[in-house]
Amino acid sequence: MTLPGQAMVYMLVGAGLFALGMRALFLREAALMKIIAANIAATGAFLFLVTIAPRVPGGSADPVAQAMVLTGIVISLAMTAYALALLRRVFQETGETILQPDDES
Amino acid sequence: MAGDSLGMTAAAGLVMLPLAGAIAAFLSPRRAVTAIALAVTFATAALAAMVVAVLVEHGPVRLPVGAWGAPLGIELRADGLAVLMIAVTAAVMSGVALYSSGYLGRGGDRPERYWPIYFFLWCGLNALFLTNDIFSAYVALEIVSLAAVALVALGGRAAPLIAGLRYLLVALVGSLTYLLGVALLYGATGTLDFDLIAQRLTPGVAPRLALALMTVGLFAKAAFFPLHGWLPPAHASAPAPASALLSALVVKAGFYLMLRLWFEPFETIGRPEALRTLIGLCGAGAVLWGSMLAIAQRRIKPLLAYSTVAQLGYLLQLFPLAGVPLAWGGTLVIAVSHALAKAAMFLSAGLVIQALGHDRLDDIRGAAHTIPMTVFAFGLAGLSLVGLPPSGGFVGKWLLMAAALESARWYWAIVPIGGGLLASIYVFGVLARAFLGPAVSEPFSPVARSAEIAALTLAIASVLFGPFAWAIVQVFVPSATGGGGI
Repeated sequence: MTLPGQAMVYMLVGAGLFALGMRALFLREAALMKIIAANIAATGAFLFLVTIAPRVPGGSADPVAQAMVLTGIVISLAMTAYALALLRRVFQETGETILQPDDES
Repeated sequence: MAGDSLGMTAAAGLVMLPLAGAIAAFLSPRRAVTAIALAVTFATAALAAMVVAVLVEHGPVRLPVGAWGAPLGIELRADGLAVLMIAVTAAVMSGVALYSSGYLGRGGDRPERYWPIYFFLWCGLNALFLTNDIFSAYVALEIVSLAAVALVALGGRAAPLIAGLRYLLVALVGSLTYLLGVALLYGATGTLDFDLIAQRLTPGVAPRLALALMTVGLFAKAAFFPLHGWLPPAHASAPAPASALLSALVVKAGFYLMLRLWFEPFETIGRPEALRTLIGLCGAGAVLWGSMLAIAQRRIKPLLAYSTVAQLGYLLQLFPLAGVPLAWGGTLVIAVSHALAKAAMFLSAGLVIQALGHDRLDDIRGAAHTIPMTVFAFGLAGLSLVGLPPSGGFVGKWLLMAAALESARWYWAIVPIGGGLLASIYVFGVLARAFLGPAVSEPFSPVARSAEIAALTLAIASVLFGPFAWAIVQVFVPSATGGGGI
């Protein structure tokens, strides 16, 4: 698998974004920050996926990878919308936007 | 070929029918929703039975969706492992549907909100079991996760909402990590089809990294120790039928995908003994940690949730013992009997809550007098959890132990034995309290007979599965009783 230099840069940027997003997802306390972090990680994964895909002979981009990323973006959008809706309800119920471990059990 | 096309149609229907059911349940008026839901449930269960019949008569079936085969298109394949999971899912789904029809709507639950999610979950599970494509598996996993989070949050109060949001975030971590693994595999092989990947994959850094990423992602999705933290609050705060679906089926979905990956495309790459031992140790940790926390719980539903963490640990014992066919049989038997037993126990716990108004262990004295059928169902299913003969749990643990001894690694036999002892403490702790003492004098609310029958049927199935488990696994996955791999 030999990649042109430019693709290699994008790939590394994608992996870096993924790692940064995951780091923030674990370290940030505010739920909204966690949701944003998940989106950054997702964007990183998509960039990685689009650039790692083998090139079609002739040098044009691989449509399968692009279709996958499109699907991924749609899923990510749905997940984000749902997470925000849940967070809004959590805020209405508790007045908090930091997820405290529940002490019910 | 008639059998093939019949099987293909039924297999596609297993995904399409629940999807249609979800939309129908969403659009139908409140009065009609339960009747419609039950009709679609039993039609889907009938399709599952048809797929089983086709498998037995004609063997595995493949369906190139839209007549586009791999590598261009996406293929569905209904082989033994997939059909076994589909059959178990149909059995649990049917039991839970019968239960829900009697249970929901009594305590302020909204049946019209529950049923669409119930069908989305079934659609996602069947799609995951049938797909032969690592990216479609990601999409199916997301459908399952989205439905599962919605099931958790159904309660609508602070605890279920927080548990749901935390679950959603963990599920996102899991699926994104899995997706990164998909990207690496696609970069290395240029295909998404399980079989083509298996052919084209050559050992190297990228496939190893992909396997590690996908495994970690699925660990989070399946709540395998040490990534189990989200499970107990989520499963304990969902409504009872939802908890049953989550503990019985949703966690098994991640495990199923792990089996597919490890023992099909990655069969040679995932060989290193150290890696498999590490996964086995995670399983042992799950059994120990989950059981101890289950014993420490003071309410039935959190107790059952921690027990799920523990029982999932047995499934991981397959990895160090994978070379031994008996271990395959044992793992599949445990997966099936845990699905049936844990569903029955969560359903029973829901009836306890409905009858007594709570599930505090210290205040259920005499429950056996007021709701005898429910307590009996809980006890029967408990047999399987503890692993007493003739239950499915007994047979599964027996096979795992036999596999450990056969491969001269006796230390792996400690896990099922020790886990059974610990499970007996928490299961009998509940039963002893329910049977001791006079009937509670507090008023208790009557529960629906159909819900009690559903819980009892699943419990009986988990016990009766035992004597037939070997024969059933032999029909679905012959290699699990006498040859390596799937």
